[in-house]
Amino acid sequence: MPYQSIKFIQTGSLAVGGRLLAEDQRSVQSGAQRSNSLTLGHRACQGCGEALGARIALDACQRATGGKTIAVNATGCLEVFSTPYPETSWQLPWLHSLFGNAPAVAAGVAAALRAKSRDDVRVVGQGGDGGTVDIGFACLSGMFERNDDVLYICYDNEAYMNTGVQRSGATPYAARTATTEPVGPEPGNKFGQGKNVPMIAMAHEIPYVATATVSDLRDLEYKVERAMEFRGARYLHVLVPCPLGWGSAPESTIEVARLATQTGLFPVFEAEDGEVVSATPIRHRTGVRDYLRIQRRYAHLFKPAERTEMIDRIQRGADRNITRFGLLPADDIDAELATVGAGRAEEITS
Amino acid sequence: MNKPFAITLEVGSSRANQTGSWRTERPVYVDSLPPCNHACPAGENIQQWLYQGEDGSYENAWRQIMADNPFPAIMGRVCYRPCETACNRAQLDEAVGINSVERFLGDEALRQGWTMPVEAPPSGRRVLVVGCGPSGLSAAYQLTRLGHAVTIRDAGAAPGGMMRYGIPKYRLPRDVLDAEVQRIVDMGVTLELNTTVKDIQSLLRDGGAGEPDAGKNAGKDADGKFDAVFVAVGAHIGRRAYIPAGDSARILDAVSMLRDMEGEEPPLLGRRVAVYGGGNTAMDAARTARRLGASEAIVVYRRTRERMPAHDIEVKEALEEGVTMRWLSTITHADGGKLQIEKMALDETGFPQPTGEFTELEADCLVLALGQDADLSLLEGVSGVEFTDGVVQVSPELMTGYPGIFAGGDMVPGERTVTVGIGHGKKAARCIDAWLRSDHYTREPKHDLAPFGNLNTWYYEDAPATVRPQLDAARRTTSFDEVVGGLDASNALFEARRCLSCGNCFECDNCYGVCPDNAVIKLGVGERYQIDLNYCKGCGICVHECPSGSIKMVPEEA
Repeated sequence: MPYQSIKFIQTGSLAVGGRLLAEDQRSVQSGAQRSNSLTLGHRACQGCGEALGARIALDACQRATGGKTIAVNATGCLEVFSTPYPETSWQLPWLHSLFGNAPAVAAGVAAALRAKSRDDVRVVGQGGDGGTVDIGFACLSGMFERNDDVLYICYDNEAYMNTGVQRSGATPYAARTATTEPVGPEPGNKFGQGKNVPMIAMAHEIPYVATATVSDLRDLEYKVERAMEFRGARYLHVLVPCPLGWGSAPESTIEVARLATQTGLFPVFEAEDGEVVSATPIRHRTGVRDYLRIQRRYAHLFKPAERTEMIDRIQRGADRNITRFGLLPADDIDAELATVGAGRAEEITS
Repeated sequence: MNKPFAITLEVGSSRANQTGSWRTERPVYVDSLPPCNHACPAGENIQQWLYQGEDGSYENAWRQIMADNPFPAIMGRVCYRPCETACNRAQLDEAVGINSVERFLGDEALRQGWTMPVEAPPSGRRVLVVGCGPSGLSAAYQLTRLGHAVTIRDAGAAPGGMMRYGIPKYRLPRDVLDAEVQRIVDMGVTLELNTTVKDIQSLLRDGGAGEPDAGKNAGKDADGKFDAVFVAVGAHIGRRAYIPAGDSARILDAVSMLRDMEGEEPPLLGRRVAVYGGGNTAMDAARTARRLGASEAIVVYRRTRERMPAHDIEVKEALEEGVTMRWLSTITHADGGKLQIEKMALDETGFPQPTGEFTELEADCLVLALGQDADLSLLEGVSGVEFTDGVVQVSPELMTGYPGIFAGGDMVPGERTVTVGIGHGKKAARCIDAWLRSDHYTREPKHDLAPFGNLNTWYYEDAPATVRPQLDAARRTTSFDEVVGGLDASNALFEARRCLSCGNCFECDNCYGVCPDNAVIKLGVGERYQIDLNYCKGCGICVHECPSGSIKMVPEEA
């Protein structure tokens, strides 16, 4: 288990904090003294998942390093909304690089620190999915291959949101973007299932790879803190819903991320040296329809008529994740997959 | 704006950009009325005492109960738990075992000897309470805490009213009853037992409300008169129905039978006992008969189980103890160990109609549990006091038509349970207190009800209810030991922590943690949170992710 479940307390460790929790059971985000690495006045949209994800991750990193973190940021939403000249929302040393070279710049900062024998200062590279899975991919792979002492965090919102919601290599099957219009016999994104960078990172056999979402704040904090226990290249892939690009309600950002995990579409796991060491089990199994329906980028799957085959294909992808990462106890899988396999996904939604 | 290449921007410079101006709606913290509090006839603030109990502050939790109800240990045994029926957690897994936590707190208070102080200064007013049942004792307790001098008079030999003479020992052990009554007496209430009150008007001071006695006679029994009276003599007259009976038929009423259980000799019932009626008293009578040695206790009721007025728990426990039921049956004749029974059938309106089909039932004794009537003799002839359908008519402030005479409990319209009685007593005390000050009691307006739909149940730990241990069914029917056991400290704590805190903030930090814009300010323990409206963009994530539904979105004014 990535974090302790505290029994017999109203919320256990499911909520951010709580008066009944002991000091060591409290999350970084529940503390009035958290560092707020990304502070007030940034210009992210209402309900931005990326702004939330970045604050949680970097605050956890600041706690883990005793406030000695340098962040290198690729071009993208996160950079644009946080530092419109001459303002900045960052409350830690922060460098802006090009769109495609953040992993290389971060590796350079790590090399400079090594040259100065400063092993107490740690480096975090960060970017969106465009800067990570497409434009910066060669630099990222090189950083992994050299095992540079950098934690690279990808905030994945599944398209180029900053420039107007164009398709990226992380855009999932069937999703509508400005460049994958919902027209034709197979509307929306036609190709593949989105580039699976966590698995690619694992193939580099780097010390630590993990996935997380903004729906489980404690898990995200845990993954960052765990990553900082390793030296060498580490990769953290965080799913951050984008209300603008996904067509979800601003208040539903966390709900959407939660459904991504509870359907099995986004498996939450961690891997060390190329091997999966733990996966967060699904708590309330949900069919993919519940996830798809609340996002306008999938509206063409339900209107004018339901595209059952396309939805079933998405469901099969979710089911494959569930078996592949062991997201349900074995007993539950047989019973539930039988139901889902028969195309009656809705019946198991809770 | 003239900065060189590779500049360093000022930390905190983005604060100049006050994103609060984007907002069209704002989140507002609200307090709502939890369904348990709403359902409680005694008006307890259940959610609040569960909250205090959750961190082990049992004494504070107990004091919170005592603000509304002086009998936590008794109510933790005999209440029919409307709170648990209303509990939102029932829609998630099982209702919170509120009643069992209340009992634990009540028992803990008796073990630790906690008492309630009287903090109000003496008012110089004297109030007479007639009837030492739950309603009268509740009123006496509350009036004493308000500073009034209270005398209770009761015709019975021991205090408690129906709690003693109507509720069997296996549901309410008498040491618990005695201890909780004694705690009230120890607060300074004068208890006069074996005293029948007559000519109630002569006991009232002329003029009623007005200036209290000044000087040395303040609050003293100067003339033996009182400033106000609360009458709560209950409904303890068993209703009889005309049943043609032979000379050798043995027929008694359930109220007398249960009252006789408190005497020296238990009533003689025989081996086969028939109980006529379908209410809680019928269940009590049948279960008591089993314990007195009856091999058969048969409840005869003219409708079906679904239409029985008895509470489900009582019916279930009676069946478990071997009590049998004859549905859709009326008794048409009784004689010499035999009852003649006519089968009934429900008509379209659900009313039972005779079918003309007869059977016989062997029974040594027939106990009538057909309802109870209020004893109205004390108020008959008092000018202005009105009666309708056998009960006293009272104003919303529980005052009868005669100024200064208030009434409550089973003798006024309403459901007849101990909990309702306690609620009446509390309300009467507050209204009497206001009346003595020539004022009217006004209650603060209630918050909106907190519905299940406002909760985000994802955040609550899965935790089924702790079931109270039950005495082995075989042992139950031969003894008057208490049937339902209590929780201990560890599982009472667990049970309290199952509370969802519906509609009221319990400081889980979710809003503070999930705001993408850092626009929630944490004010510290007990102080809750505040929205930083200079920066809140109005996304509503805090509202959506609040477990207890304690935040709502409100449109900004145009």
